[in-house]
Amino acid sequence: MTPSELVAQAQPASGPASGVKQIVNDFSIQIATVNGSGSQSANNVLLRSIFRMGVPVSGKNLFPSNIAGLPTWYTIRVSKHGWVARKTDLDVLIAMNAETAQQDVLSLAEGAAVIYDESLKLNDLRPDLIYYPVPFDKLAASTGADAKIRKLVKNMVYVGVAANLLSIDMGWVEKTVRKQFAKKVKAAELNLNAVRAGFDYAASSLTKQDPYVVEPMNATQGKIIIDGNAAAAMGAMFAGVTVVTWYPITPSSSVVEQLIDYMKKYRIEQDGKANFAIVQAEDELAAIGMVLGAGWAGARSMTATSGPGISLMAEFAGLGYYAEIPGVIFDIQRTGPSTGLPTRTSQGDLTFIAGLSHGDTKHVMLIPATVKECFEFGIEAFNIAEQLQTPIFVLSDLDLGMNNWMSEPFEYPEKPITRGKVLDARQLEELGGFGRYKDVDGDGVPYRTLPGTDHSAAAYFTRGSGHNEKAQYTERPDDYENNMLRLARKFETAKTLVPKPVLESKGQQKVGIIAFGTSHFAVIESRDQLQRESQLATDYLRIRAYPFTQEMQDFVSRHERIYVVEQNRDSQMLNLLKIELDPTQTVKLHSVRHFNGLPIDARSITTAIAAQEGAGK
Amino acid sequence: MSTTPVTPKAVKTNRIGLQILDYRGGKTTLCAGCGHNAISERITEAFFEMGIQPERVMKMSGIGCSSKSPAYFMSRSFSFNSVHGRMPSVATGALLANKTMRSIGISGDGDTASIGMGQFIHLLRRNVPMIYIIEDNGVYGLTKGQFSATADIGSKLKTGVVNDLPAIDTCALAIQMGATFIGRSFSGDKKQLSAMLKAAISHRGTVMLDIISPCVTFNDHEGSTKSYKYMQEHEEAVSELGFVPHFEDIAVEYDHNTTVDVRLHDGSHLRLRKLHEDYDPTDKVHAMKMLMEAHDKGEVLTGVFYVDTQKPDFTSLLNMVDEPLATLPQERVRPSREVLTEIMEAHS
Repeated sequence: MTPSELVAQAQPASGPASGVKQIVNDFSIQIATVNGSGSQSANNVLLRSIFRMGVPVSGKNLFPSNIAGLPTWYTIRVSKHGWVARKTDLDVLIAMNAETAQQDVLSLAEGAAVIYDESLKLNDLRPDLIYYPVPFDKLAASTGADAKIRKLVKNMVYVGVAANLLSIDMGWVEKTVRKQFAKKVKAAELNLNAVRAGFDYAASSLTKQDPYVVEPMNATQGKIIIDGNAAAAMGAMFAGVTVVTWYPITPSSSVVEQLIDYMKKYRIEQDGKANFAIVQAEDELAAIGMVLGAGWAGARSMTATSGPGISLMAEFAGLGYYAEIPGVIFDIQRTGPSTGLPTRTSQGDLTFIAGLSHGDTKHVMLIPATVKECFEFGIEAFNIAEQLQTPIFVLSDLDLGMNNWMSEPFEYPEKPITRGKVLDARQLEELGGFGRYKDVDGDGVPYRTLPGTDHSAAAYFTRGSGHNEKAQYTERPDDYENNMLRLARKFETAKTLVPKPVLESKGQQKVGIIAFGTSHFAVIESRDQLQRESQLATDYLRIRAYPFTQEMQDFVSRHERIYVVEQNRDSQMLNLLKIELDPTQTVKLHSVRHFNGLPIDARSITTAIAAQEGAGK
Repeated sequence: MSTTPVTPKAVKTNRIGLQILDYRGGKTTLCAGCGHNAISERITEAFFEMGIQPERVMKMSGIGCSSKSPAYFMSRSFSFNSVHGRMPSVATGALLANKTMRSIGISGDGDTASIGMGQFIHLLRRNVPMIYIIEDNGVYGLTKGQFSATADIGSKLKTGVVNDLPAIDTCALAIQMGATFIGRSFSGDKKQLSAMLKAAISHRGTVMLDIISPCVTFNDHEGSTKSYKYMQEHEEAVSELGFVPHFEDIAVEYDHNTTVDVRLHDGSHLRLRKLHEDYDPTDKVHAMKMLMEAHDKGEVLTGVFYVDTQKPDFTSLLNMVDEPLATLPQERVRPSREVLTEIMEAHS
């Protein structure tokens, strides 16, 4: 059966009641299920079917720290404007979890639609909603699926109901299901039967009363949907990573898990041997230790972790800084320590990483905002690490790493791999030796050799901060100070290598916004709201790395007031900016913070800035 | 009348043409008489005699007196003095990057058996191909003489403090954890230690050597069980070690009833003449029994306790390409454009 036949066969639910104005391609769907119930495939089908209709979407998974049994929510935002940040108002609810159903209904926007299991009897809770009761169990049973998998099939039934009510093209739904179950034809058929059962039920038994519909657009052609962790993993693979070490931790595990899949597929040589090593370490201490050992010996090495892992890596991070060893650490940020909302997002590791470890340390951080940047910075981090001979931190977060984002396809890296200042035996012979920590070029970056270099002058002794230019042990005050000053020069050099901030506007407004990472999507939407609702024009600088560059200084000095938007309690970015800015400039900085574990939304920013600007609606 | 020309006294060179000087390190800053210095000497000689190119060796260490000692031997080898208790991970990473290198790690009893216990046992478990030496004196030297976890129960500090916790037997631990060459020696036992080190160089897998190395400043007094005197009185060798390197003729006959011959990975032979009844260095259970019984008897057993030449080392398990990962060219480590297109298509 072709997709078009499928569409022709099914009748849409009757049109909306007269008087209800349609809301096209601008609403959000929340699917409330139970963790472990297998709803992910169904949610993915819904998301991608809308995407394939050409309509911009984003999908966010709000899940508990639990394997099975606790509530979980998946939110799909449909936005003709291309807004993909979290939307606080929920317009369509698919209520599959009895435990949370009441609360879910109570939190809906006025006029929202509720698709629910009829046994939940939700329709008395609020008079201002539209209710669509569905006999999910009966429909699931009608597909012929045996009892064991009926729970999974039930999820596909809601896809069908939603497709009918929201006018999602069944042709695309079918294609998406088939692509998702490409290797399991039987499963694809079973799931499609469930989708059809839901669709047909809605067509025959439900009357469309809510205003929400999807109409085809042309805004997603050529685009992809991917999560940031997959993108980062791809970046590492195309960067030519050779040694990967890790210790499982949410939300970073899927960086390495997806990397393992890619590497097994694309980095095994013809003789069946791997041109990489991936090791699950005993803890994060060992993971970073292996990264440094491998980086010291010349490999492109990396690990991926989250906040608690970063805490454990502190000592080694300092050693990496002082011994000047390249390595890449992906930090997929989440909230606090121990059982502290490990499955919720945050931008709370910024100040900690900036000076991670004891003594004077400064670390380079790359801060991607998009999945494309996860890929690009995932590559560039390795180049910068070797060019600077220091650990590089890539700060993503749970929202970026584990959620689905639309993106332009990634571009193949044209820039060759740069291995930095490494001397080989021939060069050593010409030079007659070298000083491992000598600043030959004035950029603070010394030359190094790799273990195994076949020259009697190649070896040197690697240790912490107590060394002179020739890597000899010293406790002399002048040697220590000179080395520290050179390391500071090296950090200046970092400014020439890190991704520059992006100025997202041309104007010379009085008010500027500084943001970074995933706050970006909420900020661009908020700027639109501020302009439309309060006639407040803003400029926007998106920071992409630490150390900051001159562009940041210029942006601050050009504006009267700057709002620094971030997803942490303590205004961490604002404080880092303060360290670098002149006191006459720091007074311009105001903080807009969001730190409840959920991804930041535009409305929160708009409200905060409008209030401080005294701008009325 | 003819005259016999006077030939200058030949400087001894090894099989790759290097002199012992090429294996020397910097001047030691450890105490005079420290056991660690004797161990550094033996390491220097062993690598010289085996004819190992020094540039092919990585010297790894953690923190402590022991961990300073790589600066005092083989200056032409690459060295990494890492952080306290974490040398195993750094050494593992370096070998992942370049499995063609040899690695020798120098640790101490504090660095291994307390702060480093986690990484130590995982190194053993992985059978990472390196020599791991514990220069074991039962005390923390650099912080001035606190007990370590290998100090024997009942042993006494100079201050009179008595240790009331049992010692961790790192050899017993290594047997259980999966290391493939395990022995104990004494820094003062030149002959045994030399043979053991040369055999260690010939083995591929984790070699764990616990070398009792008295601390002359903090733990060489009456009441210490890690003193020179105590070792002289209580050392009990399980076997006499003979080592025949692969580049020498192996014509010497031996008695199969009294001697165990182990062919090592590079073709060298380790010949262990039994001093203990039932000694069998390929039997884990027996090795453990021997160690446990010695504890009860108050003996310090030395010798090679266990050897397994069959178990694959960690780098072999990972099925890596033959060349070092560290220096693979871009063509091999960056997938093609087509690969990117394929992945993009899968996400469209």
